[in-house]
Amino acid sequence: MSAAIRTPRPPAAPGRPAPAAARPRRLPRPTPGGVLAAVLGVFLAVVWLMPLVWAVLTSLKPEAETTAVPLRWLPLEPTFAAYQAVIERGDLQRWLLNSVVVSVLVTALTLVVCVLAAYACSKTEFPGRSWLFALFVAGILVPPQALIVPLFDQMSVLGMVDTYWGVALPQVVAPVMVFILKRFFDAIPRDYEEAARLDGAGHLRVLWSVVVPMSGPVLAAVGIFTFVQAWNNFLWPFVATADPALMTVPVGLGTVQGSYGIQYAQEMAAAVLGALPLIAVFLLFQRHVVRGVTDAGLK
Amino acid sequence: MSSPTATARAAGAPAAAPARRSGPSARAARPGRRRSSLAGLWFVLPFAALFAVFLVWPVLAGLWASFTDRSLASPGAEFVGLANWREMLGDSAVWQSLWTTLVFTAISTPPLVAIALAMALLTNRAAAGLGWFLRLSYFAPFLLPVAVVALIWEWMYQPGFGMVNGLLTAAGLAEVAWLTDENTVLAAIAVTTVWWTVGFNFLLYLAALQGIPAYVYEAAALDGAGAWQRFLRITLPLLRRTTGLIVLLQIVASLKLFDQAYIMTNGSGGPGYAARPAIGYIFEAGFTGLRIGYASAISYLLFAVIAVVSLVQFRLFSRKGETA
Repeated sequence: MSAAIRTPRPPAAPGRPAPAAARPRRLPRPTPGGVLAAVLGVFLAVVWLMPLVWAVLTSLKPEAETTAVPLRWLPLEPTFAAYQAVIERGDLQRWLLNSVVVSVLVTALTLVVCVLAAYACSKTEFPGRSWLFALFVAGILVPPQALIVPLFDQMSVLGMVDTYWGVALPQVVAPVMVFILKRFFDAIPRDYEEAARLDGAGHLRVLWSVVVPMSGPVLAAVGIFTFVQAWNNFLWPFVATADPALMTVPVGLGTVQGSYGIQYAQEMAAAVLGALPLIAVFLLFQRHVVRGVTDAGLK
Repeated sequence: MSSPTATARAAGAPAAAPARRSGPSARAARPGRRRSSLAGLWFVLPFAALFAVFLVWPVLAGLWASFTDRSLASPGAEFVGLANWREMLGDSAVWQSLWTTLVFTAISTPPLVAIALAMALLTNRAAAGLGWFLRLSYFAPFLLPVAVVALIWEWMYQPGFGMVNGLLTAAGLAEVAWLTDENTVLAAIAVTTVWWTVGFNFLLYLAALQGIPAYVYEAAALDGAGAWQRFLRITLPLLRRTTGLIVLLQIVASLKLFDQAYIMTNGSGGPGYAARPAIGYIFEAGFTGLRIGYASAISYLLFAVIAVVSLVQFRLFSRKGETA
């Protein structure tokens, strides 16, 4: 975890001292201000973790204990019964599978489609290029949530309600990703691309062998953010699916609460299980996330 | 012309090259040796097609529908002119939901910015061994699906055995019916939202803070500036661009409130509809009331609000946001 936040690359000021790199070498001198900051920081961290700890502890209680008054933090008789019940019910596995299918589909398609579009807008000339890019940028202003009704109407006309494609495709339209990628591609000097072109490489070849390898962090960032967004998206999958067999984790957990009755331990167990995949993805890729945020110029 | 860019790249700062920010002029400055060709058109086609079908078309179809009595229940539609728009202007539920959205934005944005900044400052100052713990604690909630967040907080807000009321009674205070009282439901949802999403803003602030060179502070310390002075005179001004970005993203995100409000009130909009935001009302008009035309008209009202807010902010911050 210690490398979670990479020092952002220095803004173009060559020769300046690198403070962050020098800091760990210095012996920590506890100043009153530093101690106060540490105490406040830990206090805030504990406050922020409390709901999560509370959820996990609740999920480990037998149902009868969950509604005890006055409340008690630690389970008297810790048990995995709630987890077992949730897993046996089978809904969650189905939702997880749907979430994986939809999120992978959205992420893969977004990367392919947006990278191609950004490359075209950055490295090629075609008639109407600038107005098309301007239209994409204007598309950033359109809040998809506000257009949910016409979009659903459109999907029913296309016969895509209650299909994976219907859930996934509208989420692939992410003009902001084209914008970020184009800005990054613009920074890649033309020399590279021209050298490849002189060697007879076509655009696809230049994109795949020159541009993509130079864009690792930003591609990782776009990919991870798209995945997280698709995984956590609630409104569109909720609107686009009426069939419980197609529900994603957020939709399932958000709407089928009733089926858990008031079994709080089971609700919390389902919540914990539903949160785990994304936390795992994040822990795997966290370096790229933070570097990508910096590189994508979001700073 | 490519050599300065190459230098910037070699210095390891692809995202910071300032020339690139002005897209069209930078392009114009390059020698136009590239031949116009149709290859690019093929590359842009897949995105453009999806963009047309799932964004441009619904935008136009929604605008058209707002002038019709189109319904989800029946196929046909009749042109009704401005009837939907006129009805909307006189529909108090529209204004209530818009007001709810604005109140939510007003009460959630300041803490989402201030707490994120505090978290970033504390993490930036923390000893190396503590940093990872703080980063993980502050950022973790952001990774949770909204349904999980809503489940946890509904449970915490429960009367009797919920944690929030448990803490209140332990402190000798009276319990509050957080989600079932008209006066507290929106605030309760705002608290949940702050807890859930502040981690992203925190990350942006932390990245910006770590980009401030130490010598700036050292110079200020030599000049006798105290910690508070350094914060006011150096840190805050250098963070202005980041703050502008965070405030913009945050306000636009808050105006789109729906998910957590819907789930935490079980789709009811809360007591007296006190937690039914604009998108909640659009959802009801469209999918419960089946009136696509009317829902589309309200969509456009919200869309206009969001677009105006974004443009105003964009102008405000791009004018004075040249530092950092």
